[in-house]
Amino acid sequence: MKYRSPLSVARGLGSSNDGLGHWWVQRLTALGLVPLVLWFVVSIISLSGQNHQQVVVWMQSPHHSILLGLFLVTGLYHANLGLQAIFEDYIQARWLQLSARIGASFAAILLGFTGVFSLIGLAFGG
Amino acid sequence: MPMNERPLSPHLQIYKLELPMVLSGLHRITGIALSVGSILLVAWVVSAAHSAEAFASMSGFLGGFIGQFVLFGWAFSLIYHSVNGVRHLIWDTGRLLEIDEIHRSGKIVLALSVVLTLIAWLLAGGFPGGGA
Repeated sequence: MKYRSPLSVARGLGSSNDGLGHWWVQRLTALGLVPLVLWFVVSIISLSGQNHQQVVVWMQSPHHSILLGLFLVTGLYHANLGLQAIFEDYIQARWLQLSARIGASFAAILLGFTGVFSLIGLAFGG
Repeated sequence: MPMNERPLSPHLQIYKLELPMVLSGLHRITGIALSVGSILLVAWVVSAAHSAEAFASMSGFLGGFIGQFVLFGWAFSLIYHSVNGVRHLIWDTGRLLEIDEIHRSGKIVLALSVVLTLIAWLLAGGFPGGGA
């Protein structure tokens, strides 16, 4: 189906000028999260009943550290995109909607940095 | 708001409740739950990195009644949102969009999510006796 003008295709933007990027990144992160969630669920099952030392050793292994970091960052990015859409849909008051959207973004960045910082600290034996 | 007497589009209360709309709502609700639940995941990683004591108190909370309740909801949310997310990705390719297909895939997604959550929970040592 070719409903879009050549110019609009060249620009790669939707009718709202920035909706397409949001939509596309939401799908990309979703696609990436499919294998990451599978890995995470299997890992959590294997970690159940393990003590602190065993969990730390598990987290220190480079590929666990990288995958857990990737899962966390991709998940938070995807969550933030989803929350933005939900706030846009359900919060009418402009100031409240903007506050919620900014708050969610800041929270996602804070959580991502905190989690990744902890993983790096563990990986380098801090 | 100047809404005057223009007809409004039919709202939730007007439609007969059908499975696909419930599942659509559930996708958003589990998405919100997972967003909030990400705090728990980060807290778990931070507690492990911080100290054995912090990890022990985190494990203590997660092993308690409230912790287990939250964790089970977290597990179901993650699995349901992922399985239904795959359904969404299939829709994005233009497939399975006929009404009967949407009903059928909805039932499959719901059944699969419940079964997978229970399997994951039991494999992780939950339910019998409690204290995962």
